[in-house]
Amino acid sequence: MSQKKQEKLIDENGVRLDGRKVNELRGLKIEVGILGNADGSAYIEQGKNKILAAVYGPREVHPKHLALPDRALLRCRYHMAPFSVQERKSPAPSRREMELSKVIREALEPSVFTEYYPRTSIDLFIEVLQADGGTRCAGITVASLALADAGIPMRDLVAACAAGKIEGQIVLDLTDVEDKAGEADMPLAYMPNANAITLLQMDGMLPGEEFESMVNLAVEGCKQVYQLQKEALKAKYMASKEAVKEEATEE
Amino acid sequence: MSSIMAARIKKKRIAQLIAHGKRLDERGPSDYREIQIEAGLIERAEGSARVRLGKTEVLVGVKIETGEPFLDTPNEGVLTVNAELVPLASPTFEAGPPDENSIELARIVDRGIRESKAIALETLCVEPGKTVFVVFVDVYVLNHDGNLIDASALASLAALLNTKMFNYEVKEGEVKIKPGYTPLPLRNHPVAVTFAKINDKLIVDPWLEEEQIMDARLTMTVDKDGKICALQKGGYGYFTTQQIFEAAKIAMEKTEELRKLVVKE
Repeated sequence: MSQKKQEKLIDENGVRLDGRKVNELRGLKIEVGILGNADGSAYIEQGKNKILAAVYGPREVHPKHLALPDRALLRCRYHMAPFSVQERKSPAPSRREMELSKVIREALEPSVFTEYYPRTSIDLFIEVLQADGGTRCAGITVASLALADAGIPMRDLVAACAAGKIEGQIVLDLTDVEDKAGEADMPLAYMPNANAITLLQMDGMLPGEEFESMVNLAVEGCKQVYQLQKEALKAKYMASKEAVKEEATEE
Repeated sequence: MSSIMAARIKKKRIAQLIAHGKRLDERGPSDYREIQIEAGLIERAEGSARVRLGKTEVLVGVKIETGEPFLDTPNEGVLTVNAELVPLASPTFEAGPPDENSIELARIVDRGIRESKAIALETLCVEPGKTVFVVFVDVYVLNHDGNLIDASALASLAALLNTKMFNYEVKEGEVKIKPGYTPLPLRNHPVAVTFAKINDKLIVDPWLEEEQIMDARLTMTVDKDGKICALQKGGYGYFTTQQIFEAAKIAMEKTEELRKLVVKE
């Protein structure tokens, strides 16, 4: 508020502050299988977002009374590191983090065959190391890969991406600045194989007639993310295949 | 009496009926249960309202106190929404710190009020950067029979419309309360509509047993000008894009209908 009116978020050529076009994703870098102890893990950089996800399980449920007789218990903890944002965030889980943990779990659960592992738990941990808007979406994208890396049977990968409205225009993949100054932000998670929207949230003000085009743009963004997810997953297996080959030639 | 879980046979029946566009309580897919709204039953609170949505019952109290503004909005009052799933409301509610369900409920209600800019927070500043008024909206669930979100959002709106701001003057940096009241300035009226997906069909206002068998849930909050101001998907299932667009159309009509019950112009 104290600052004078900020520079425009989109210039007259339709270019955003970070040089992107309105319907362009931030640069994504994804790596699968990077943590030693976890059964599955993945790391994502989306713009300045840096997020780690790890999966433990299926494993015995603690406390035991939480075990479900007909399926695995999927648990999820979304957490932001104290140094991930401008003002230090208390490491204790905030109300926002508790809500996000819930919606992320509900975004991923439709993709997992939990019925294959009754009485077990699948525990998912998402740590945001650096945040710049859209961390729940990047968190879902990376967590879905960690689940796949853990070898858990899934219907599809879940890709997530936000669409929003800034300065009257519908845009893809908002940064923190765009989210705060913009009119609306709508995170969406999507399983392309089933045309299934597994997470949908929005805050802001959006005329009803713009709703469909915003959903469609977010879905398009998810499809792009999905391609990159698949490439990252393949890259991991190609790397381990190479490693096996090398070992074989050494012997 | 207080069987938490619907019998399996009953659940099956509910799902079968919905597949044919019918419901066990004879409502249509986009019909609400009977809604009763009473405002101003707690005299101690600056505003209050009770909403009965079928057997679901929610009481909302609004308190206004002085406090500090947020750093990024030094000239604005503060809105705080909290929800309590009190143990007397359901055999499944337990005492203790708020769990993810009550946090999610509060945050959905909060988002609707906040994003539609319903409360003119800039009028609630006493001394920029130091003292502002904090509007506490406390949602108190008294009986849980499904669709707490819509009942809570409606009760919160009714309570805010009923809220009286005490007159005050500032003497040596202290806020002194003077006799008399003025209504809390409210410029928008957000209303939430919640859908449940059962057997691949959408219904509005799920009651408890429908909630127990639903695959997924979607809440849309719409403001008085027909703008969507909050969305929240919940539950373990998913929606197709077509279902979401269908829901948006129904939400536009339903929110208008519900708003007329609270906002008398």
